[in-house]
Amino acid sequence: MFKIIALIGKVILNFSEEMGRILLLFSVTLKQMIIPPYEVRNTFKQMLEIGIRSLPVVLITAIFTGMVFSLQTFTGFKRFGAETLVGTVVALSMTRELGPVLTALIVAGRAGAAMAAELGTMRVTEQIDALETLATNPVKYLIVPRFVAGTLMLPALATIADITGIAGGYLVTVGLFESSSIVYWKRTWDYLETSDIFNGLIKAAFFGASISLISCYKGFYTRGGAEGVGKGTTGAVVLSSMTILISDYFLSAWLFR
Amino acid sequence: MIEIIDLHKSFGNHHVLKGVNLKIEKGESMVVIGGSGSGKSVLLKHIIGILKPDKGNVLIDGIDITKLNERELYEIRKKFGMLFQMAALFDSLTVWENVGFALTRQKKMRDEDVKKIASEKLRLVGLVNVEDLMPSELSGGMKKRVGLARAIAHEPEILLYDEPTTGLDPIMADAINDLIIEMKNKLSVTSIAITHDMHSAYKIADRIAMLYDGKIIGTGTPDEIKNTEDPVIKQFITGSAYGPIKIEGVHNERSFNRA
Repeated sequence: MFKIIALIGKVILNFSEEMGRILLLFSVTLKQMIIPPYEVRNTFKQMLEIGIRSLPVVLITAIFTGMVFSLQTFTGFKRFGAETLVGTVVALSMTRELGPVLTALIVAGRAGAAMAAELGTMRVTEQIDALETLATNPVKYLIVPRFVAGTLMLPALATIADITGIAGGYLVTVGLFESSSIVYWKRTWDYLETSDIFNGLIKAAFFGASISLISCYKGFYTRGGAEGVGKGTTGAVVLSSMTILISDYFLSAWLFR
Repeated sequence: MIEIIDLHKSFGNHHVLKGVNLKIEKGESMVVIGGSGSGKSVLLKHIIGILKPDKGNVLIDGIDITKLNERELYEIRKKFGMLFQMAALFDSLTVWENVGFALTRQKKMRDEDVKKIASEKLRLVGLVNVEDLMPSELSGGMKKRVGLARAIAHEPEILLYDEPTTGLDPIMADAINDLIIEMKNKLSVTSIAITHDMHSAYKIADRIAMLYDGKIIGTGTPDEIKNTEDPVIKQFITGSAYGPIKIEGVHNERSFNRA
């Protein structure tokens, strides 16, 4: 009995310790972000890495999600004669949920893993210490550009995912099921509100900030050689994905009241 | 002058430094010897302020760096150059960007000027036409040379060497030793090296200090160290597995012998 309580206590303690350290890193990152000089060159490099390089995967995921969504909704809704609502369903789910969340999960797997692995390798090969000896703050040089790029690029990618997903839905509904093009667009625009898109993008920005912060944290505090880098990378993807899915519920409950 | 006073550092339950006292004069070449895991690297990282001590002081030209805030600490680090054990080159940057890193960032120099100085420093360590290579294209010895060029690029007053000859073949190791001596003579820097390579220590040191059990147990010129009567130092410099120094994980040397 005591063993179980001790185990639960240990888990809670470890979790709070990790959260505390992430928040601490967050505050240092914000501070270093505000103080000049600014890392413009590095930030653009990271925006390219996180944004542009993730684009192909985001496009493919979004178009097929839109397609399968309209496929399922069309055949399902047909049972009670509501096929004309497919446009609405696809538009609402893409902008509110699937655009931001799927994009975030892709970026966590791609860019988040890369961040953790790169920073982790730099830690175990003493490159982060070397930065310090060359009078360069490693948080400013390494983490701030990734944090800024992640926070800015996620909403951009999510916007593209929204549009692509809706286009995918159109393709299947109008192209395959020969539903009316006019009805699809009318149903899309009639019920879609600016706040749906906007709140979705707020979520995306939050996910972007979380992914880069968590992945940088996992990489930055890596210990124990190649094995440590592997563990850090896995940890970054797992913790980022969990954070995305869990915070998505609470953010949605708050934003879409 | 560098003065280390009663320096203590623990990691968890592991008390690594237990009151280190050491004084290094300006322009001197000090070599700290000690076994693997004796805390040599930890000591070096305290001198440049990457690690904060639990207790004790590190004075650089009279300034206690353990009391400095972050900005002052980065300012004082400009006096230092450090060569890391595995060179620690930034592998996303070219060789010249590595060498000129401090110049680009601290002195805001233009790329052409940085590249020119980088080539100059690279020539000083015996490398030509490597400016545009990536670190992954270099051999171990070349990496160390580039690391040294990076450490001296911003003309520091103090050079720190973390096991400069480890992992190199004997000829390359000797070439690095020569470079260290050359740096000291040409640039008149204070240098501190940590090593367990006695050949290298005798060659580059003005004075040698031995770190054992978290303390400096003896200092002296290479000749004094060679002729020491201290059993611990004697065991270390002659490289014997038998003596007062216990090998970690081997509890009874007799059973070790019998086996």
